[in-house]
Amino acid sequence: MSNWQQYLNSTVRDMPPSGIRKFFNLAAEMDDVISLGVGEPDFVTPWHIREACVYSLERGYTTYTANQGLPALRQVISKYLIDSYNIEYNPKSELLITVGVSEALDLALRAIVEPGDEVLIPEPCFVSYMPCTTLAGGKAVPLNTSIENNFQVTAEMVERAVTPNTKILFLCNPNNPTGATISKDNLLAIAEVVKQHDLIVISDEIYDQLTYKDEHICFATLPGMKERTILLNGFSKAYAMTGWRVGYAASNPDFIAAMTKIHQYTMLCAPITAQMSAMEALKNGKIAMIKMVEQYNRRRKMVVNAFNEMGLDCFEPGGAFYAFPSIQKTGMSSEEFAEELLKETKVALIPGNAFGPSGQGYVRVSYATSLQDLTEAVKRIASFVKKR
Amino acid sequence: MQLDKAILELLEQNGKITNDEIATLLDIPEEEVQKLIEDLEQKGIIAGYQTVINWDKVEDEKVNAVIEVKITPQREVGFDAVAERIYRFPEVHSVLLMSGDYDLVVFLEGKTMKDVAQFVSSKLATMEHVLSTATHFVLKTYKKHGRILDDNETDRRLVISP
Repeated sequence: MSNWQQYLNSTVRDMPPSGIRKFFNLAAEMDDVISLGVGEPDFVTPWHIREACVYSLERGYTTYTANQGLPALRQVISKYLIDSYNIEYNPKSELLITVGVSEALDLALRAIVEPGDEVLIPEPCFVSYMPCTTLAGGKAVPLNTSIENNFQVTAEMVERAVTPNTKILFLCNPNNPTGATISKDNLLAIAEVVKQHDLIVISDEIYDQLTYKDEHICFATLPGMKERTILLNGFSKAYAMTGWRVGYAASNPDFIAAMTKIHQYTMLCAPITAQMSAMEALKNGKIAMIKMVEQYNRRRKMVVNAFNEMGLDCFEPGGAFYAFPSIQKTGMSSEEFAEELLKETKVALIPGNAFGPSGQGYVRVSYATSLQDLTEAVKRIASFVKKR
Repeated sequence: MQLDKAILELLEQNGKITNDEIATLLDIPEEEVQKLIEDLEQKGIIAGYQTVINWDKVEDEKVNAVIEVKITPQREVGFDAVAERIYRFPEVHSVLLMSGDYDLVVFLEGKTMKDVAQFVSSKLATMEHVLSTATHFVLKTYKKHGRILDDNETDRRLVISP
């Protein structure tokens, strides 16, 4: 029997499977699981957006769009960025509509990374940053953040990790999985280091609308950062549109043109149905969005308090919909904790090290779950922890 | 007032939410929640607590009707006096003063159609200052107090996702 493995591209073959995969299989086999392991809103896309989608289909919007995306959608996004952050991107040359932020970050890396280029990635981080860097031929260099400094990325960390080969710095603000937001002082200091070492910043700001303490700071608005930043955002989290797969990148015309080149050959364009719906979300979605954010905020306080009361240190996340408590006091590893919790109490959460080795000792708790389920889950976790 | 509003919204969503839960969600002491709710009850801002029931699923039959009522407003009391004479009847669920073609809209609940017809013809239509009525029977309730009855939209998310 032939071993087809040997035919595989070695980079792909040697890439470890996602740390989430194994846990997913385990949880998927069980019934009646209360899941705090979901990285998407528990709300269904607001009705006005779904209704607009149906209307677009009725009118026959079923074609390809321009590679860069519907001009009208780019206009609306441009206006959104001006209104929100007072930053102006030319909808003709500085915006690209993608199939979710996931595609956008792949495009950004492939457009810029040369073999051997180093990419600085603050950890714990979203699961695709490292693999996509590797697939693009780059070398992922983690910057470890921890609960001691509230999972902040600092200029010193960046400075320490920079080598002559460093080309890109990733930022995810607010952060998945920690929920951390980066303070303005830190962002300003990071911007200085970025300028000094002539780095490019890929700034994933998909959770920009989900901040609870301070106003979100768009990295591209910092002095000198607009040109050298690839700003990534989308509709999944704020408008509960994960399954629609639509996002965008904003940057200088050279970067956008290069990313569009890859996008046109690999994807052609984002689905028109999703683009039409995204337009409705940005135009009329604010009220529904604010209501969802209000609910997240209430659950956030409840979850953070609950973990701290259990004796598991949990710092107060400023954004996204995740809490990232430390489970070190239980003496268990993240996986042991998550697995045993699942088996014993049927509550699923994600071991922190699924988001990189520096996530060891933590678990990611998503509070994008109904208050009722959240209350019950927290109760079960508390009694589980008490027994240890 | 900000806190009051937050409490009202939580209670409007779920009348069974406990003071303890409200305290956790709003990050304030439980005693404060209790005091604020008592205040709201005393001021009549919280007028009562009810449950949203899908009576269509209960064997016990009920007939609901919506009645448009035209009335002559009276000196000094306007529409209020006639409205009161109507809303005091226990079978009347809601009474609203409307702009437009008619003045009051009355939500009525009876055991049978005959009950409702009886009420309209003998009590409502004959009432002084009532000019006319138009009765509409409810065939089906889809949504009530912001709740979709028989909502088939369930959580379709994967158990674990990044």
